[in-house]
Amino acid sequence: MSETKKFLYVNRKAPYGTIYALESLEVVLIGAAFEQDVTLAFLDDGVFQLAKGQNTDGIGVKNFSPTFRALGDYDVTKLYVEQESLAERGLTQDDLQEIMYEDEDDDWEEKPSIRIVSRAEMADIMADQDVVLSF
Amino acid sequence: MSYQYNGHTVEHDEEGYITNLSDWTKELADVIAKAEEIEMNEEHWEVVNFLRSYYEEYQIAPAVRVLIKAVKKTMGPEKGNNKYMYELFPYGPAKQACKIAGLPKPTGCV
Repeated sequence: MSETKKFLYVNRKAPYGTIYALESLEVVLIGAAFEQDVTLAFLDDGVFQLAKGQNTDGIGVKNFSPTFRALGDYDVTKLYVEQESLAERGLTQDDLQEIMYEDEDDDWEEKPSIRIVSRAEMADIMADQDVVLSF
Repeated sequence: MSYQYNGHTVEHDEEGYITNLSDWTKELADVIAKAEEIEMNEEHWEVVNFLRSYYEEYQIAPAVRVLIKAVKKTMGPEKGNNKYMYELFPYGPAKQACKIAGLPKPTGCV
């Protein structure tokens, strides 16, 4: 039972309009109970999932973007965002919400969960996983 | 299925979680607690209020492991532990306290 696998959840779709983004987040939260090594990747329109200042009043669905900030409590602390996907959409890291976690091994110091990586680095991250789940 | 109190009718699902989160009131919490065979005291309210503010902030009802860790962080280790929390809510701190707090069933709870 102690065998830990590396799980990568790949998020490619915009947060609303389809159920993929919310379903992915729910699977991540449920999967976190199994104490695996979990990483999230955001690319293509998936980068919009982390955009700050989301307001869903006009479309009558729940704004679940605050839930990303709870991921640290679930020991999910690696959120990789692809630089090229941001740039292609005219976004920078400043357009993303700030997501922090407390590092248990470093006197509970607050550290950022989001890391911006290049397309080439993202390919390496994917190659390094045991399981890749695409949403 | 519904809870009845003071002339109010509040719909709930087959497990007792209320259908419409905005129906929640403190009086309703007492009614749900009674159905769960819990007499609400200050300690129970502390956890219920904590869960409501957690939901307010993160839009999620935390799993029991996360709840206990978060309680430990904000209220201290003498409250943030399994023994204390299960004494308050014998059928599961996250499940029962979320139900009383008018929140959905915790994500990751089956």
